[in-house]
Amino acid sequence: MTLELGLNQQPAHTRQGSSIGQPLTRRDGFLKVTGTARYAADNHPPGMLYAVLAVSSIARGRVVSLDIEAAKAHSGVVEVMTPLNRPALATDPDAKDHPFMFRLDLLQNDGVRYPNQSIAVVIAETLEAATEGAALLSPRYETEPARVGLDGAESFVPRGVGVGNPAVQQMGDVEAGLESARTRIEATYETPAQYHNAMEPHAIVAAWDGDRLSIDTPSQGLAMAQGRIAGLFGIAPQNVHIRSPFLGGGFGSKGMISGPQVLGILAAKLVGRPVKLVLRREQMFGPVGHRAPTRQTLRMGMDGEGRLTAISHHARTTSSTFDDFFEPAADASHTLYASPAIATSHDAVRLDTGTPLFMRAPGEATGSIALESAIDEAAHACGMDPLEFRLRNYAEVEPMTGKPFSSKALRECYEQAAEAFGWAGRPLEPRRMRDADGYLTGWGMGTATFPAIMFQAEARAVLRADGSGLMETGAQDMGQGAWTAFAQIAADGLGLDIDQIDFRAGSSDLPNAGIAGGSGHTATAGMAIHNAGAAVIARLADLATRNEASPLFGAGNEGVLARGGRLYRRDDESRGESYTEILARAGLAEIEGHGKGAPDPTSQEAYAKHAHGAVFAEVKVDPDLGQIRVTRLVGAFAAGRVINPRLVRSQYYGGMIWGVSFALHEEAVTDRRSGRIQNANLAEYHVPVNADVPSVEALLVHEDDPHVNALGIKGVGEIGITGTAGAVANAVWHATGVRPRRFPIRIEDLLG
Amino acid sequence: MRDFSYLRATSADAARQAATLPGAMLLAGGTTLIDLAKCGVAEPDMLVDITHLRGLDRIEIDERGAILGALARMGHVADHDDIKSRFPAISEALWQAASAQIRNMATIGGNLMQRTRCPYFRDPSNFAACNKRVSGSGCSAIGGVTRGHAVLGTSEACIAMYPGDLATALVALDATVHLGDRRILVDDFFLLPGTTPDKEHAIEPGEMITAIEIPSSAAARRSTYLKIRDRQSYEFAAASAAVGLELESDGRTIRDLRVALGGVATKPWRAHAVEAALKGKVLEPNAVRTASLLAVEGAVDHGANRYKIELAPRVVARAILKMGETA
Repeated sequence: MTLELGLNQQPAHTRQGSSIGQPLTRRDGFLKVTGTARYAADNHPPGMLYAVLAVSSIARGRVVSLDIEAAKAHSGVVEVMTPLNRPALATDPDAKDHPFMFRLDLLQNDGVRYPNQSIAVVIAETLEAATEGAALLSPRYETEPARVGLDGAESFVPRGVGVGNPAVQQMGDVEAGLESARTRIEATYETPAQYHNAMEPHAIVAAWDGDRLSIDTPSQGLAMAQGRIAGLFGIAPQNVHIRSPFLGGGFGSKGMISGPQVLGILAAKLVGRPVKLVLRREQMFGPVGHRAPTRQTLRMGMDGEGRLTAISHHARTTSSTFDDFFEPAADASHTLYASPAIATSHDAVRLDTGTPLFMRAPGEATGSIALESAIDEAAHACGMDPLEFRLRNYAEVEPMTGKPFSSKALRECYEQAAEAFGWAGRPLEPRRMRDADGYLTGWGMGTATFPAIMFQAEARAVLRADGSGLMETGAQDMGQGAWTAFAQIAADGLGLDIDQIDFRAGSSDLPNAGIAGGSGHTATAGMAIHNAGAAVIARLADLATRNEASPLFGAGNEGVLARGGRLYRRDDESRGESYTEILARAGLAEIEGHGKGAPDPTSQEAYAKHAHGAVFAEVKVDPDLGQIRVTRLVGAFAAGRVINPRLVRSQYYGGMIWGVSFALHEEAVTDRRSGRIQNANLAEYHVPVNADVPSVEALLVHEDDPHVNALGIKGVGEIGITGTAGAVANAVWHATGVRPRRFPIRIEDLLG
Repeated sequence: MRDFSYLRATSADAARQAATLPGAMLLAGGTTLIDLAKCGVAEPDMLVDITHLRGLDRIEIDERGAILGALARMGHVADHDDIKSRFPAISEALWQAASAQIRNMATIGGNLMQRTRCPYFRDPSNFAACNKRVSGSGCSAIGGVTRGHAVLGTSEACIAMYPGDLATALVALDATVHLGDRRILVDDFFLLPGTTPDKEHAIEPGEMITAIEIPSSAAARRSTYLKIRDRQSYEFAAASAAVGLELESDGRTIRDLRVALGGVATKPWRAHAVEAALKGKVLEPNAVRTASLLAVEGAVDHGANRYKIELAPRVVARAILKMGETA
């Protein structure tokens, strides 16, 4: 008999575990700090060649000549791959079967549709030879004018934004709400193009053996990458083996296989030898996605008591000329604040850029900085403290849908973060606080939110006769600590100590763990792991409770607990036996169980599911020189069950620091004449350094959610950016009286 | 990568001679040269490595001043106790420059040879026009992304900003460069772009920086380097000021004042007009602020860098007033 667990059913043994909730350090930490964790580019199969991309200088037009002879004549160059000799593909890289499939530039023609698009690949015996070979190609172009900026082309309303959300949504009568309001605000904010810039560049080592393909490459979605590659090359998915044990960050840019990665595979096919291809930093500004710029206008109306009567949120964004991804910025206004009328809308222009992509908190990050800034303006317009204003407009049900929340401990987040920060007594008016050195000091806050999303995942668990366990799932660790958190869930799922578990992940020949994205990986793959463990224990309990020789005989499957490698009677814990004994008696070398993780459609329909948080920021601004520094950040977050508080806190820290980055640092700057990004390097594309973030605190607010999944996990990967970026912007206003309308906020914005 | 030969020089003289060979360049810490070679700006045929040469990394300080050997590391000079006490602007400029890793590699001589961060200069494969790279080829920066470009000392041929911190402090303190036996003021070592932006330094073939000499002075002892920037570390100046101050025995009248600006000009920018306006005057905030406006006399903006014209005098004033407050 196999126990079929409902997605929301609490298996008997779950709460007995000891690993979930423990602040374990990363299991892969030692490998990483000693340099022995093998990342994709660390692989060197015998006979491997090096491939280097030649990329376009221009934004739009076509390549009219390449000096292939010069490149080939360079010592060490083996081959030059261009549209003329690129191996055939089984499917058109410009075909698009579903929204999760992005069009790729795979040398299908001589066209150029954005700067840094691949136009050739040089393959050589050494990296140096390939690099010089690429330079020797000296491309010549037919150039057309680049379309640049939020007004760079005719706008249109996209069919959908994000992953198929309607571009225009409305609840209630916004114009009537604004009309009836005592106080109104209207404000426009601009956010820049940002690039993921994971520390590890996109890299691939590809080796063909007949029609079998072996790949080392970082991937946030192994099964999707496997399927996409198989489709392009016309081979069976199981013929594609991808290893991705470690990622040096992904942030969405490694969610889908990118064009340059596929070019590495094509290069290997062309030369019949293994090939390594690693993007240079500047080559990551184009073909591997970005966060599109936005211009957002918010209109809000408030009654005499500071209650919102209407929220209108419009966002202009951009996509490429050849594919669709539209940053769903305005959708940030759907969930946070109660209002009888909410309208959100998007329009877009198509530019000569690479296609934008999911980037950590896509839509939520861009939308939240505008929404939280506008809420701050609205509070001030009503003469109210920003926290009091948010509490006055606290959403008891999801405003846009009217659905109850599966859980929502946002009030507790506000309370705990405000207390820890020392928010009480903040002057309402700006420019009222100075520190001992004369710096203008400001306090701002923002609300954080991110949906609790689940995808589909599978896992396989094995319990062996020696009492050890094996858990397998093709999960991906981008650096967030999945190796550790999943092993903790596996340990509890199997009722074993964590060091008795052999946990395998990061390879496409393991069960499909879905995508590490949408902050849904821990919930999704975690539930699969949990259920696989539960299936094994159910089988084991069945063996024991049906056998007269067992002290558990007759207890029934629900009557036993699993813990520390033993099953116990629930009603008498002195009676139990070890897994080893049960398997030995049954004469089994091992037993196996499978589990799935997926959203429960019933609760999906019934509940709005979101994680929440509150972030408070202190900034100091030099009154004459405009230099801004964030001096304190305090966040409190409620995201359901915490699998590992140490790792979760790190996720919040990372997100909050990204929020600082969004507010004050990150921006890809485009030369309007050429369409090229002029700061495509980490010296000039700024992210915060340690000195920019002196003090960060993240409080974990207890939250039980009986609806999201059996483990009660929501997700913590992205929420930290939301709320924080707005909190910093609002603190800058509170310090200076200057309302930031354009991000990142710069010295020149505050010189007065 | 283009092939090049590598020569490990056996002496300073041998290095100087080798460096006159066609396509030869001196290699010290490499933090600028390797970077420029990677982006295709520097295309050396031969690297003449001088990092191991003895005697060139000295840091000698006596009552007359400091001699910094060309191969002294930025980090060592920044942390030197006598530099901190007698030439605080030098130490402060150094520790606010680059990152700890770079400061541990980069040399003082190499630092003077640091080239502009103009993104058009640094991107030859995408922007052919750059008068600094190829004389007469034009300027891609004018009309482009200019937030980081110079507002002082520009010409129609070039608006590239000189990015260094150390040289700004050196210029303020009347330091000289030793090119073997030849001595030249740091201020004269850096050239204005004019019509020849490709010629950045008054250094001739066969010459090599051997040392930098900083004369002692009361103004040097009471000096500071104030750097304003978009982030707190590993970032070039939006505007910076090196200031040295000496007061009369009354404790309020300015006897000597040195002011140089960084982050705003095509070379380290000595602000003689500010100095002249304040020397002999009582140090007083309004007078300082008014005089500091002279620092950007003749400034020309190119759009996004206009804020530097507003910012730079404020940075100068702040630095002078801060020095005035120290006893």
